[in-house]
Amino acid sequence: MALLEIRDIHKRFGDHPVFKGLSLSVEEHQVVCLIGPSGCGKSTLLRCINGLETIQQGEIRIHGDRMTGPGVDVNALRRDVGIVFQSFNLFPHMTVLENVTLAPLRVLRQDRREAEAKAMALLTRIGLAHKAKEYPDRLSGGQQQRVAIVRALAMGPMVMLLDEITSALDPELVSEVLSIVRDLAAEGMTMLLATHEMGFAREVASKICFLYDGRVHEEGPPAEIFGNPKEERTRAFLKRIIEAGRL
Amino acid sequence: MSSGDGAPPSSAAASGSGSRRFGAASPPKEATSWATTALLVAFLLIATAWFTLQGVRGALAELKVGSVYTDILLVILGIGVMALLLPAARSLKAARDGRTALAEGHIIAARVASAASRDLAWFTFGFAGALATLLIFVQFLIANDLAVSRTFFLLPLIASSFWLVLDAFWTNVYIFCVAEVLVLIWGLVVAVARLAPGAAGKPIRVIATLYADVFRGLPAIINIYLIGFGVPLTGLPLLNNFSQETFCIMALTLTYGAYVGEVYRAGIESIHWSQTAAARSLGLSYTQTLRYVIVPQAVRRIIPPLLNDFIGLQKDTALVNVIGTIDAFNQAKIIASNHFNLSAVTTVAILFVVITIPQARLVDRLVERDQRRMRAGGS
Repeated sequence: MALLEIRDIHKRFGDHPVFKGLSLSVEEHQVVCLIGPSGCGKSTLLRCINGLETIQQGEIRIHGDRMTGPGVDVNALRRDVGIVFQSFNLFPHMTVLENVTLAPLRVLRQDRREAEAKAMALLTRIGLAHKAKEYPDRLSGGQQQRVAIVRALAMGPMVMLLDEITSALDPELVSEVLSIVRDLAAEGMTMLLATHEMGFAREVASKICFLYDGRVHEEGPPAEIFGNPKEERTRAFLKRIIEAGRL
Repeated sequence: MSSGDGAPPSSAAASGSGSRRFGAASPPKEATSWATTALLVAFLLIATAWFTLQGVRGALAELKVGSVYTDILLVILGIGVMALLLPAARSLKAARDGRTALAEGHIIAARVASAASRDLAWFTFGFAGALATLLIFVQFLIANDLAVSRTFFLLPLIASSFWLVLDAFWTNVYIFCVAEVLVLIWGLVVAVARLAPGAAGKPIRVIATLYADVFRGLPAIINIYLIGFGVPLTGLPLLNNFSQETFCIMALTLTYGAYVGEVYRAGIESIHWSQTAAARSLGLSYTQTLRYVIVPQAVRRIIPPLLNDFIGLQKDTALVNVIGTIDAFNQAKIIASNHFNLSAVTTVAILFVVITIPQARLVDRLVERDQRRMRAGGS
């Protein structure tokens, strides 16, 4: 059984349909990359999985449990599903360490010493232990995004959702963030990421999904999607990406 | 346009080549008239100042506080005022330099000199304006045989009644200190109620909005009057044993809770929704998100407007005299009617002003410290 199962979901913003029967599954330890033109619903899909947006039809299952519709404990769901945003969204009034330990302390009710030890171990891994007492505004964009990833990891999630996490970064800061994602993938973290970094997607993904017109238009292993796409729309999209020099 | 075809006027025509002349290279405007005016204004002000100082000397003699020392002080002030001649004279000199330079064909030197002349003239006008305001105030004080001074600033009465007034002022301090703490809590409750989410929160939102509307519209003086006189009349147990000060605190908390609730609400709504998204995505509940993420950030933003409301509250403690509480204002009014003189009320006025100033500075300091800590580029 797939770890994350999205079945035939429909969603509309007012009159504008975003999903028209989208289905997608993510196996454990898989890294799935969502690609597609802007406005195709990559971010919205991630936000739906996390319960930040609601869907109108269909269902999303994690480990076989239905995670959409009435009666779902969204707070419990979010403990197991981490999300990292394009704009980092660190809490500016808290130090790096406080950012990382907030949820373990308040949601998991961990002991402060335990939470801080775990947070420091994670920060050490990404080379930011020396910034633990700094406020986010003192950090570069790349450092902030690395902290945001660690903040999500501190909850020990089963799945990580990464929403265009390098789009707001200066080009020279992208690699430090991507290398963390690469490490996570190597450790077997299940991840679903929306990205414009096609080179990275090709390298790290087990599966690429091309979103178009409210559905997964084409999916397959990276070699196939990038090397020999079957669908006309996918080819047109990739052609524009290549023309922009991004692949 | 009389020049017809849009050709630039005389200067370009004079250059003859047909190309447009660079406008900034034109000769400077004459500055002598400005400088002369400045000098005249300076003389006028000095004459007025001397006349006023003469009046002050007479007033001091009448009050029997005049002495050699006050005379020396007045003479020093009179000489000090003459400093106004310095920039005016320098302005005139610069204007003359400019004219000479222009006559010799040094356009740039002429421009520099006449610009300096105009600056110095305006400098003179600025100081003259401030000095004139001050002189008008002094004239007001000594006018009509010191009538104004005697009415508002009768020093012996201020000195003799000061401790009595200060003692009563502690009532104001007590009322606003307690009320401010309560307002801080109550205002947050109101704001959170006004933002209560979902269909279940709707009745709460409505009642909180109603409260805010009523108590923001209700004049504080009427609120104090109604609670201070009304509640004891109801004979309700517990409530009617409260002191007058407690009724004042209740009334002011209700009034200012409505204001501060709005301030809190604006602060909470100013925090970008992405902060809520980030907190909720970590599994924090609605309440936890408010408590740990949204409210702490909102409070930092609203400290300056909060101080405004607190200063308003402090001043409104003077309204408690309508229910007969002996606060500083009421005490001063008693003294004023006993002595047919308002100087004790001036003491109260000064006390109210004096307590707000350190608060304003404290808030500046707090905001600055917080920004230095959290913003990039600080130490």
